[in-house]
Amino acid sequence: MKKLMMILLVGTLGYGTSVMMTEKEETNGYNIGDVATDFSLKGIDGKKHTLSEIEGAKGYVVVFTCNHCPFAKMYEDRIIALQAEFGPKGYPIIAINPNDPIAEPDDSFAKMKERAKEKGFNFLYLLDDGQKIYPQYGATKTPHVFLLNEKRVVQYIGAIDDNARDEAAVKEKFLANAINALIKGEKISPAVTKAIGCSIKTK
Amino acid sequence: MKKYQSNYPIKAFLFLTLLWMQFSSYSQVVVIEDYADFESEYLVGRSSDTIYVFNFWATWCKPCVQELPYFDSLNQYAGAKPISLVLVSLDFKTQIEKSLVPFLTKNNIKNEVVLLADGKVNKWIDEVDPSWSGSIPATLVINGDKRLFFEQSFHSYNELINTILKIEK
Repeated sequence: MKKLMMILLVGTLGYGTSVMMTEKEETNGYNIGDVATDFSLKGIDGKKHTLSEIEGAKGYVVVFTCNHCPFAKMYEDRIIALQAEFGPKGYPIIAINPNDPIAEPDDSFAKMKERAKEKGFNFLYLLDDGQKIYPQYGATKTPHVFLLNEKRVVQYIGAIDDNARDEAAVKEKFLANAINALIKGEKISPAVTKAIGCSIKTK
Repeated sequence: MKKYQSNYPIKAFLFLTLLWMQFSSYSQVVVIEDYADFESEYLVGRSSDTIYVFNFWATWCKPCVQELPYFDSLNQYAGAKPISLVLVSLDFKTQIEKSLVPFLTKNNIKNEVVLLADGKVNKWIDEVDPSWSGSIPATLVINGDKRLFFEQSFHSYNELINTILKIEK
């Protein structure tokens, strides 16, 4: 038990956590090399957006993310930075909130707009209204990234980097490395990574 | 040696005993920095006489919090093999005193809680189970050499216990 630190902790007054959610599991989804579906989803600008309409795109960074999840929040600034770096190179971020706003009120369309304004999101932030898109991709959590090439062939699936909690301690920028490899036509490795995330909320 | 003239040692003893009783009525959280330690201490070489259940959760995860009472009720299970539960918290270390302990106190959870703080998540998720995408809640069931893994929520105690007992089939 040498690395274990036993802590006896003195309790203090707690606070409530609302308990309203249920979730389902989706096990099917894309693998590397599959062609991902395009979609037409409403963005926070009130307009419908599709991948094929994004001008000058050489690839697509589809990020399933949301407002409420602590892990998603920790990555907001990093997603903004990724868009600033790779958007102009033709690899835009397309963020999709996959959660049902009834199951998770913090992820409502109105709250998405609010959060995007607060943080100054520089990327498309869309709502998977009806939850038809995330199951096709096989997203199971937020954040969950799918990097597609120009023909929407899946190149990379997984995490943004290897340290959600502490950006300064990141050793491997999985997503940035994958995009750079795609740009250079090199092999993406690792092509699949994993991270802890919030399960997608359904009614 | 100095001779105590007063009853100071007795008072001190009583005080410490009371303090200990006070402390031991609170939840216990074990912090593990390295997944390898978690594996060696908790997962491998376990007896087949007991069913070990590991629930991966966090205080910020609403579906996890929702199913926690069902897990807590496993302590009352009286089947052929006893069930031993470990709640594996994925809360951040910085949140132990701010969120985790207040949560355990408020919900009167006396069960052992392990806070898994290993940051090399991409590596250890697969070691828990290759099928795990990383979303929580998730539950690992171990009995001897048998392992079952469930990346899902449970919506009743019956659903939970019936799922756990699949390991005996």
